[in-house]
Amino acid sequence: MSKRKTERLLGLVVCLLSTRRYLTAEQIREAVPGYPEGEDQFKRMFERDKEDLRDLGVPLETGFNHPFDDEAGYRIHQQAYELPELRLEADEAAVLGLAARVWRRAELAGAAAGALLKLRAAGVNDPQDQPQHGIEPRLGTPEPAFGPLWEAVRDRRPVTFAYLAAGRSEPQRRELEPWGVVNRKGRWYVAGWDRARQATRVFRLSRIEGSVKFSGPPGTVTVPPGADVRELVRDWDSTPVREQIATLRVRHGAGVGLRRHALSDNPVDDEWDEVTTTYSEGGWFPDYAASFGSDVIVLDPPDLREAVIKRLKGALA
Amino acid sequence: MSALVTSTERLQRLLALVPYVVSRQSVGLAETAAAFGVSQRELVDDLNLLWCVELRAPDPYCPIDLSYEGGEIVVSQAESIARPLRLAVDEAAALLVALRMLAEVPGQQDRSALGRLIAKLEAAAGEAASVSAQVAVQVDSNNDGGYTDQIRDALDRGRRVHLTYYVPGRDEATERDVDPMRVLVADGRPYLEGWCLRAEGMRLFRLDRVLALKVLDVPSSPPPDAQPVDVDTGLFHPSSDDIQVELELSAEGRWVAEYYLCESITDLTDGRLRVVLRTPDTGWVRRLALRLGEDGRVLAPSSLVDEIREAAMAALAQYAVL
Repeated sequence: MSKRKTERLLGLVVCLLSTRRYLTAEQIREAVPGYPEGEDQFKRMFERDKEDLRDLGVPLETGFNHPFDDEAGYRIHQQAYELPELRLEADEAAVLGLAARVWRRAELAGAAAGALLKLRAAGVNDPQDQPQHGIEPRLGTPEPAFGPLWEAVRDRRPVTFAYLAAGRSEPQRRELEPWGVVNRKGRWYVAGWDRARQATRVFRLSRIEGSVKFSGPPGTVTVPPGADVRELVRDWDSTPVREQIATLRVRHGAGVGLRRHALSDNPVDDEWDEVTTTYSEGGWFPDYAASFGSDVIVLDPPDLREAVIKRLKGALA
Repeated sequence: MSALVTSTERLQRLLALVPYVVSRQSVGLAETAAAFGVSQRELVDDLNLLWCVELRAPDPYCPIDLSYEGGEIVVSQAESIARPLRLAVDEAAALLVALRMLAEVPGQQDRSALGRLIAKLEAAAGEAASVSAQVAVQVDSNNDGGYTDQIRDALDRGRRVHLTYYVPGRDEATERDVDPMRVLVADGRPYLEGWCLRAEGMRLFRLDRVLALKVLDVPSSPPPDAQPVDVDTGLFHPSSDDIQVELELSAEGRWVAEYYLCESITDLTDGRLRVVLRTPDTGWVRRLALRLGEDGRVLAPSSLVDEIREAAMAALAQYAVL
């Protein structure tokens, strides 16, 4: 950290906020202490400073005072700079603190803390570090792809990455115009337009291998109006399936989880009950039934019974 | 912390510090340092820096005037930085996404406050708020069995609860008394965290596995040293005493590595994986191996390999007769 740089940037912000006229680089150099003598050195430093301010979200304007001016100047419009007036009720301020804690240590934690600081600076008094009602939601972003994909969505840039689809042995390179990131059942997904396949696609972040690279400049992705990323991810996750009914023998006292959703549950003898339950064809039900071992035996339908027997034989191999 | 702070991060803090004081007229050094997460020394350095800012043209002048005599900060002249900077896109998104997620959490009683706050923040953030709609968190609100409200009630009144709780690893319904500490929504699922009298320890209970819950007429009294688990580094923390399990997975069985916390994951040929995980109880690994069939093979410990073999044989023997 350089104290001189902080002083110079602060001076630059105050100076450009205080002016209505556009100030040229030379006028700025005269007004703000801390710029070097050498012309090239000054230009490089001034360029970097402008970039730093823009990264912070300072709305730096470029323009001309007169149409005939030959050099552009700079200023910061007070209204564009300022956080608008914001008054929060006590109960609103209370949930604000809870929201800021949601990201704790995850990717957007720093941004949440920065936002909270600005709101406090606007006069908001949130109860600090005081747990409320014992309900604490948490969001994690353990997938390394989250950071670059969020930036890509924010800046509307296309990306490329290697993706290992379920059941595949080799990752494939994909090029995506990302429309949004969605967390569903604790997992992060990105939805958007797959350029090679010319179709909307959803990808699970944990299956992205290696790094996500930007493949175009900011502002080159257009999210079509009405595109609902939540809906895209929900549809991807739940392809419509045919419901079937299974008839099972379940040992007394066993299959507790399975019985919770049973259609019927009747004793057969002093060892077994007959349980019927619905399941989705082509889903995970055979695996689930196999997991109970000799406590759950599928009687019907035959294809389900065969699938379970195949699983059990596989476990023997 | 100050060593890690960049010049722009410090600038960000200074630009918030002035309005923080201005909006409160005067405010104590200690309170301000706490709000900004800095030491009082760092805060005084910040104030001195602000006071020293000087502009030279057209005439030299000092735009900011302040004092912190007697530990009370007063800003008498703040010029153009009397108001905080607008929310950046990341900042607006971080808050709005979290607030919209909170509004979906079952049992959340502050829905009206949440709704009002979201509207105010959207208005204040302006354009920066629009990108936040591109990030969404869905909380499965159907899987708490309606128990969140009951737990909240128990928390408010300081009552113990009785749970009938399903342990899938052992395919067993267990009965236990729990002194609730909080409801945690993590990985998209609600959990009850509390002191389990049966286990004599802090435990997390998935609400979708609660078969029945009753608020008891007994005061909740967790041991004074009982602390909620630090969940920010992950929900589950394997212990070095746990049993080490080695598994080989086919390409179809790779989901296991995504689903369970693995100590190590090694890529093999054809999309196969070798994973090592730790667990105090291998019952659920036996069930996992049965459901994986040929897509997973337990390599170690050998006692578990035998157990899985026996379980599969016993099941196949049943299929031969039923």
